[in-house]
Amino acid sequence: MRARTRGYWLYLVPSLLLFLAVIVVPFLMNVGASFTRWSGVGTPRWIGLGNYARLLEDERFWESFQHNVGLIVAMAVVPTAIGLVLAAALFDYIGKRFGARTASALRATYYLPQVLPVAVAGVVWGWMLHPSYGAVNQIFGLDLDWLGDPDLALATVMAVMVWFQLGYPVVIFMAGLQRVDPAYYEAAEIDGASWWRKFWHITIPQIRPEIFVVLLTCTIAALKVFGPIFVLTRGGPGNATMVPSYFSYLNFFQKANVGYGSAIATVLALIIIVVTFLFLRVQERDA
Amino acid sequence: MRGPGRWAVLFALVVLAVVMIFPFVIVAMNAVKSPAEYSSNGPLSLPEGLYLQGIVDFWNRVEFGVKLWNSLVISASVSVLAVVLSVLNAYALGIGRVKGRLWILVLFLVANTLPQEALAYPLYYLAKAAGLYDTRLAVIIVMTAIQAAFGTYLLSAVLGQFPKEILEAASIDGAGRLRSLLRIVVPISRPTLSVLLIFFFIWTWNEFFLPLIFLISNDTQTVPVALGVLQGQRYMDATMSSASALLGIVPAVAFFLIFQRTLTRGVTVGAIK
Repeated sequence: MRARTRGYWLYLVPSLLLFLAVIVVPFLMNVGASFTRWSGVGTPRWIGLGNYARLLEDERFWESFQHNVGLIVAMAVVPTAIGLVLAAALFDYIGKRFGARTASALRATYYLPQVLPVAVAGVVWGWMLHPSYGAVNQIFGLDLDWLGDPDLALATVMAVMVWFQLGYPVVIFMAGLQRVDPAYYEAAEIDGASWWRKFWHITIPQIRPEIFVVLLTCTIAALKVFGPIFVLTRGGPGNATMVPSYFSYLNFFQKANVGYGSAIATVLALIIIVVTFLFLRVQERDA
Repeated sequence: MRGPGRWAVLFALVVLAVVMIFPFVIVAMNAVKSPAEYSSNGPLSLPEGLYLQGIVDFWNRVEFGVKLWNSLVISASVSVLAVVLSVLNAYALGIGRVKGRLWILVLFLVANTLPQEALAYPLYYLAKAAGLYDTRLAVIIVMTAIQAAFGTYLLSAVLGQFPKEILEAASIDGAGRLRSLLRIVVPISRPTLSVLLIFFFIWTWNEFFLPLIFLISNDTQTVPVALGVLQGQRYMDATMSSASALLGIVPAVAFFLIFQRTLTRGVTVGAIK
């Protein structure tokens, strides 16, 4: 039996070598670099926990995580909440009264932004929100600098991200609803339950696994967000939309603070691993 | 809700649908306007004719054909290579049940969740040292590893439920391991593999961060990188900006339409990512 399974190891060899070179070694190098002061050329100088101490006192770093929280709201919480209502409305209201084709056409429309490369979505909105020639100001007869005003920029980026993300939970939740036993709904209808009651007491509990998956994946995506920030605001104006991923990029490639950038990236990686672990724990206990 | 109520629900959902596709429509409308028409009529008017010069100018200026080709080469290579590696890994983990498979799976899962920022600088440094900086090959190698991590995780679960009887029958007939993989496992799991292939293709096409770091010259950049970097350049006037946005939208929407059937079947597969 042992000899039988041993041969299968061979099939893992190419990937394990690739992983060693592309993921394991670079990650360890990144952690190593986070303990040094290094401009990217020359020899890194060991400074122990110096970069981490500096992080704790760096206002930009803390602000960037606060902005991440805003983006979690915009990319995970709001799309999940709206997505639940939309999926339920499409599935058991529109689908039943106007036909499945209407429901799936609406679903496809909501999903459309999701097919774009996120950088292209940024280009689209950068153009729409342009202060002098953008369409948004024209429509509402406003004269706002949506992405250039420090008080508005984060809210604007959040709104764009809601638009971008919304289709994903709708599609996942509608798929989940298909495995819910219709008998629950029939029983509730006989009892005269309202739509909202059915939504709270049947729909949400039944597609709990999907809700978990969507919240987890979208939260991770929000923590990692880079493309929209790069294209829309480059973290600005000032520091108004700075996020950790862009902050580390800035330190790596523009400020030549490789050690500091590595420390930011390491902290971000740890946070993402912890968040993933917590979600999986909660999900396990729940199941 | 009977009567007018049900129409109100439909109306609300249709209004939302209009809001969602509005940016697509308005980008397309303005990409075919001349700068003069744009400045006199604004972004909201319907185009008076089909002015394609903005798109042509932008296409030529950024050599968009080259960008499309780069995106295509990178995405196609990554999706094929990543599916091959995922199958090999999942064969060992899901069917072979090698020792320590749980830990190997955790390793792949962590690799997939790690932020690319935590790999970026060393990868950049190593690529330079290996002479692969600013080559498509560098992006292909790195993206293959990242996509294969997800594919392995997913396919191992699928192949874990592969009917053992078939494989046993094959081995009694004298088929070796490689033969069983190629002649039995791959053909039977083809539907899953094609969904995976499409996902890898689209995810790689849409990727921004790593290509941005690796590809700096005009000859190697992908579509999203070229568009993202050009955004806000001085020569980008209103119509040229919308032309650039349109050129980014068209391939993505085309893939969506081409692959739609497979995708809607497979989005639940992608849910794990």
